[in-house]
Amino acid sequence: MTTLQKCITVVAVVLGTALTRFLPFFLFPEGKTPPKYISYLGSVLPYAVIGFLVVYSLKDVAVSPFHGLPEIISILFIAVLHKWRKNTLLSIGAGTALYMYLVQVWFR
Amino acid sequence: MKTKALKAAWPHTLPICVGFLFLGMSYGFLMRSKGFSFLYPMLMSLFIFAGSMEFVTVSLLLSAFNPAYAFFLALMVNARHLFYGISMLGKYKNIGWKKAYLAYGLCDESFTINCTVEPPPGVDKGWFYFFVTLLNQIYWVSGATLGALLGYVAHFDATGIEFVMTALFVVMFMNQWGETTQHRPALTGLACSLLSLLLFGAETFILPAMALIVLCLSLNRIEIKGAKKP
Repeated sequence: MTTLQKCITVVAVVLGTALTRFLPFFLFPEGKTPPKYISYLGSVLPYAVIGFLVVYSLKDVAVSPFHGLPEIISILFIAVLHKWRKNTLLSIGAGTALYMYLVQVWFR
Repeated sequence: MKTKALKAAWPHTLPICVGFLFLGMSYGFLMRSKGFSFLYPMLMSLFIFAGSMEFVTVSLLLSAFNPAYAFFLALMVNARHLFYGISMLGKYKNIGWKKAYLAYGLCDESFTINCTVEPPPGVDKGWFYFFVTLLNQIYWVSGATLGALLGYVAHFDATGIEFVMTALFVVMFMNQWGETTQHRPALTGLACSLLSLLLFGAETFILPAMALIVLCLSLNRIEIKGAKKP
């Protein structure tokens, strides 16, 4: 990509993101209640989207040389550590460090 | 009026400060390790200001040019903001021009604070919400910029640092899992995305995954409604 193309891509992402944030305030100006179906989606979609993002962030591992083995080990480690200490930053930091160690030293 | 609101707001943002500096720095460092100037993470964190989408944008910038796809991906990854906005319609009422900035800066963390914390008596609510949002954005942009600048001076093998995104999502998933006993929406998200990935492949699975998620959740609502009837 050229620099111009990169800028256009970023602007497209900015516009898409801003639209999701401004739309509700445009659609439902002060004093108007949203329909029940929208409120229902509002209550369940945040959970489903995180599930989607987990899969999204792992979408390329199936074709990686080790078929996701370092990813599986690191995710199991994060799950156990997070269940034990319940410390978000510790889990993310230690999990990423373990993954970096695995792909730099063991799986290369 | 402003100082009072700022003093009331900042203690609530302290945990976010630690988290945003850490995550922002890993985001900035990741972009630098992929060869981007520090201007990219600085401006992207300022203008996009949506953590998960910024990580996703790194991979977008490294693949073929397709702005329409980037736009729709941003719409879908950030669709949850629609529902944050809907939840904040009442609270963000009658606060004048600040409403525009509050809508623009409505990230997960600012939403969580402003949705759950009531401004103390005597504190202007508009300014309180404004400072919560502003402080969070300052932490995030500073973190991303610092991380990228660190990338210029610290030279170590950063292979695998992109896993910070997966780690973030896995931990968010677990946190949300612990918040509720109703796990069907989370499992729907996982299962629909996985199914679409298997059927359509990594390049094109996002749209069908999102459509399938909305479809399954809608069917589930009809089922819940049906079960409630006597």
